[in-house]
Amino acid sequence: MTSALLPPRRRRRTGSLLGLLAWLCGIAFFLPVAWMVLTSFHSETDAATNPPSIGAGLSLHGYREFFGEGTGVSPWPPLINSLTASVVSTLLVLLLAVPAAYALSIKPVRKWTDVMFFFLSTKMLPLVAGLLPIYLVAQNTGMLDSIWLLVILYTSMNLPIAVWMMRSFLSEVPTEILEAASIDGAGLHTTLLRIVAPVAMPGIAATALISFIFSWNELLFARVLTGIVAGTAPVFLTGFVTSQGLFLAKVCAAATVISLPVLIAGFAAQDKLVQGLSLGAVK
Amino acid sequence: MPTQTTEATRPVKAAVTTPGRQAARARRAQRAKDWARRAPLLPALVFLIIVTQLPFVATVVISFTRWNALAPDSRGFAALDNYLAVFTDPAMRSSVVTTVLLTVTVVLVSLLLGLGLALLLDRSFRGRGIVRTLLITPFLVVPVASALLWKHALYNASYGLLNGALTWIWGLFGSDNPPQPDWMTDSPLAAVEMSLIWQWTPFMMLILLAGLQSRPADAIEAARMDGATAFDIFRYLTLPHLRRYLELAALLGTVYVVQNFDAVFTITSGGLGTANLPFTIYQTFYQAHDYGQASAQGVIVVLCSLLVATFALRSVSSLLREEVTR
Repeated sequence: MTSALLPPRRRRRTGSLLGLLAWLCGIAFFLPVAWMVLTSFHSETDAATNPPSIGAGLSLHGYREFFGEGTGVSPWPPLINSLTASVVSTLLVLLLAVPAAYALSIKPVRKWTDVMFFFLSTKMLPLVAGLLPIYLVAQNTGMLDSIWLLVILYTSMNLPIAVWMMRSFLSEVPTEILEAASIDGAGLHTTLLRIVAPVAMPGIAATALISFIFSWNELLFARVLTGIVAGTAPVFLTGFVTSQGLFLAKVCAAATVISLPVLIAGFAAQDKLVQGLSLGAVK
Repeated sequence: MPTQTTEATRPVKAAVTTPGRQAARARRAQRAKDWARRAPLLPALVFLIIVTQLPFVATVVISFTRWNALAPDSRGFAALDNYLAVFTDPAMRSSVVTTVLLTVTVVLVSLLLGLGLALLLDRSFRGRGIVRTLLITPFLVVPVASALLWKHALYNASYGLLNGALTWIWGLFGSDNPPQPDWMTDSPLAAVEMSLIWQWTPFMMLILLAGLQSRPADAIEAARMDGATAFDIFRYLTLPHLRRYLELAALLGTVYVVQNFDAVFTITSGGLGTANLPFTIYQTFYQAHDYGQASAQGVIVVLCSLLVATFALRSVSSLLREEVTR
């Protein structure tokens, strides 16, 4: 493309063509999600047709089934389990990561880069390799099928990312201002509240978002370590697939409901999402 | 750094009055100060070591044990038997190949697609914010939900959307004999890869878009004034600038995709040559109940990851280096 050399009108035309291409790509990527939502509002017979019955009448049947009509299985325990595991582990992550990030950026310990790499390396080890000992310990301490076990594991799963993210935010605190504050006799409390907190707040929000999403999405540990009592929403979702009868509308309704918290949180904070996933390296 | 200044002043102070006691007190004060610095770090560090490192130690120990939960009486020291069994197991070898293939394909394709989309989104056009939102949606669907969606609503041979669309398109041309491939049995690995590429392309795009938007605008403007073509600008200005972002996106994508369990477990249940390492370990442990062998597999996976991780960490360290010299 030599758009710089083209006359303005042709450049504008390639411009609007590229805009159109972007729109087409966006729609193509969105299509499966749109299909999922549309199917969730179809009756089971309309959901499983070939060719697809796009204009079929809408029905809330799938959602009613999801919320337990007919089967009597309530989705609330797994949803509440997921919420508990995600929220409590996110709070724990923040409680542990924020002070750690402080000790890695504002008042850094010696060899702080080594500590950073230790945190990151734990993230690179596949979780599945530690699964068996965790299972055995849980079995012997009666923690199997307990939501608190998942809280602990999700905290450890998200802690390294959180430390990296929080450090990258806290390293933005200007050192000159910190020095000036200490010369003026500002105590630790004032420094934290007036200088560090304003810079840290967006970082805390991003960290919380990422930690929440990863915990909410997790399947492997939840599947192996929980049962009837502490099963989470993703585990519950896999149970909707039956070997007999039609289930597509039901599964789509369940998938939509369970994805909704993440979709809302993600749309509300798109930029935070990038920061979080890139360990704070991309701002 | 404050620590250096205190260390520099200490000998001078110590030399003035009774050297021995003064030096000891200064050393003690210094040590207390060091610990005060470390204190906020310790809870996180201790927690992580207990929850993530100790299980690995246990895994190593169990990997040398003959231990099958279905035959508890024959438990004992196994030396290297588990490792021999794992290395000679064709299923294990094929799961290594599958893991590499799956990861490389997913990361490379989503990186390229993500780059293309990021370049498209880097220009201003009407509705850009909406398109960006549409594009990141796949990433926000819960992974299990996405896997179920692909398996049942899209790939299903009799009523999935893909074959439905084929029927519809063929019907437009008056044919009632459309091709109806069974996507998940004809090309099982590609089916898993496709769903993962759909999920990970938005992630790559977001990182690369952030990279594009941090380009120095004046250098590009100057190049354009000098008559550089769009391709030249891309080749000599944009791409070098993007290099770090490309590396970062590839590295993070690899870390997450290597560990993928949800898609393999849901879409193909590890059948038809799609079992990757996390799935194989899950199976050995959860279905075969062979604890010793599952642990040996785990240790091997950890060793392989360490190999990849050291390489990857070196590239991440470039991100930290500039800050260290700050």
